Amino acid sequence: MNDDLRDLYQEIIVDHSKRPRNFHALEQGRSVEGFNPLCGDRLTLYVDLETGIVKDVAFEGSGCAISTASASVMTEAIKGRPIDDVRALFRRFHALVTTGEDPGDGEDLGKLAAFGGVCEFPSRVKCATLAWHTLEAALAGNVEKVSTE
Amino acid sequence: MNTATTATRIEMLAPGEERRSSTFDVEAVRADFPALAQQVHGHPLAYLDNAASSQKPIQVIDAIAHFDAHDYANVHRGVHALSQRATDAFEGAREKVRGFLNAEQAKEIVFVRGTTEAINLVAHGYGRSRVQFGDEVIVSAMEHHSNIVPWQLLCQERGATLRVLPMNERGEVRLEELEGMLGPRTRLVAVVHVSNALGTVNPVADIVRIAHAHGVPVLLDGAQAVAHGPVDVRALDCDFYAFSGHKLFGPSGIGALYGKAEWLKSMAPYQGGGEMIAAVTFEKSFYKDIPYRFEAGTPNITGAVGLGAAIDYMAGLDFAAVAAHEDDLLRYATERVGAIEKVRLIGTASEKISVLSFVVEGIRSHDIGTILDRCGVAVRVGHHCAQPVMQFYRVPATARASFAFYNTRAEVDALVDALHEAIEVFR
Repeated sequence: MNDDLRDLYQEIIVDHSKRPRNFHALEQGRSVEGFNPLCGDRLTLYVDLETGIVKDVAFEGSGCAISTASASVMTEAIKGRPIDDVRALFRRFHALVTTGEDPGDGEDLGKLAAFGGVCEFPSRVKCATLAWHTLEAALAGNVEKVSTE
Repeated sequence: MNTATTATRIEMLAPGEERRSSTFDVEAVRADFPALAQQVHGHPLAYLDNAASSQKPIQVIDAIAHFDAHDYANVHRGVHALSQRATDAFEGAREKVRGFLNAEQAKEIVFVRGTTEAINLVAHGYGRSRVQFGDEVIVSAMEHHSNIVPWQLLCQERGATLRVLPMNERGEVRLEELEGMLGPRTRLVAVVHVSNALGTVNPVADIVRIAHAHGVPVLLDGAQAVAHGPVDVRALDCDFYAFSGHKLFGPSGIGALYGKAEWLKSMAPYQGGGEMIAAVTFEKSFYKDIPYRFEAGTPNITGAVGLGAAIDYMAGLDFAAVAAHEDDLLRYATERVGAIEKVRLIGTASEKISVLSFVVEGIRSHDIGTILDRCGVAVRVGHHCAQPVMQFYRVPATARASFAFYNTRAEVDALVDALHEAIEVFR
């Protein structure tokens, strides 16, 4: 297989796309829909916030492997963390998928680092960031639909 | 548009073996298309996205360059030599389009940006003068957005109703239902000639005949049809026919609308401006005769010349041989792709041309598109600007391989190999 493809579809990504974690609705908290009209990726993100902390997060929907895996890994990465940390994490993730570089100098990005291959596929950046943009809207209290277009 | 050849031939040829035809030499044709002879991501390009846009032969590229280098000027205005040459080339291109469509008169050919603008022109010029509150416009269930949205806008504005001629699971219109849908309030039937998402060749001559029996005119969206051979608008007896240059091996930004002279003459101008007027005062303007009434502003002059060159190129092909070659490719691709485990073909009409739309169980089409691209195979993934078709088949998107006469069985093999690669990634 082509090296770029192997970097894009890493085992973690394929695994999370086939068996997404936190893939269910939440009864508590708020929900925001994210939509990528270009490819039909569609997800509903549920976020339960408590005193500045993401107490619980989950999602439902259907999308390509990149967007599903990204949403799945994101929920694992942000659960239980302060909102400020989560926003900083999005900035690092966004830089990673657009440039391939992690500008952060602190902690390891963990499973999020698996998305470093996306930068070689500019048309797929929107897939990788759909869940994060939807999350940003949820954190801002914006319950409108989020669209990548 | 003949889709009848023997399926048995497929079993007689091994993968990669090209079908030999005494009249159609695909390698000679490919040599005319410089874009095809390149590597993409280290693989020979297999360009299977012709339904989105086709490549240009060197003859078209050269004609455009020569015109721009020697004869370019504004048209219909100047008294100088270049303006005269440009006007001759521009009007010469109109005559070529007339011949290509077998229209009776060149003035029945309006140059537009493309199929979308052609349909909008009719929705505006015909629709706004004839469609009133309570009237109806009929489209089919397999239309491209460009043959839905202009009518939706018109119907919303006028309080008219957009009705949909349904299709069956194979992706064929239910022609028998058309008769019952036509009534005294029906103002127009607008149908696609060949479906971009499914490849279905619609029975447009029958549709025209049935609609005309009720006194209803018919617009045909020919965007996907024209790349596969000339169209005879007089034999079809359609009232309007729209197509784009960039799907006909010509440039983008140019296309043509054919309209029967009596319709065009009765229609209000589409856009106002220079070129379309005979005289202007601040009180009133007098419009030119057709087709110029519909060509406000300086047109895409070079584009028209390029379109004319593309039609000249087409005229040099043996269409019976082209049809046989394209039919062989589609049958071969249908057989090979259809045999892959987990593949579901979308659109299996008995009359079908050059489009293979499919989904793979467990893999979204965008992932397929990305993996195919890295294998050098260019296909379109997504909803193909036909979201109602996706809704009909309950799929979010499909992958679509679409063929032109310059494609080969080897490229179909590359598609099949790349699909196996995609399936392997997600195993």
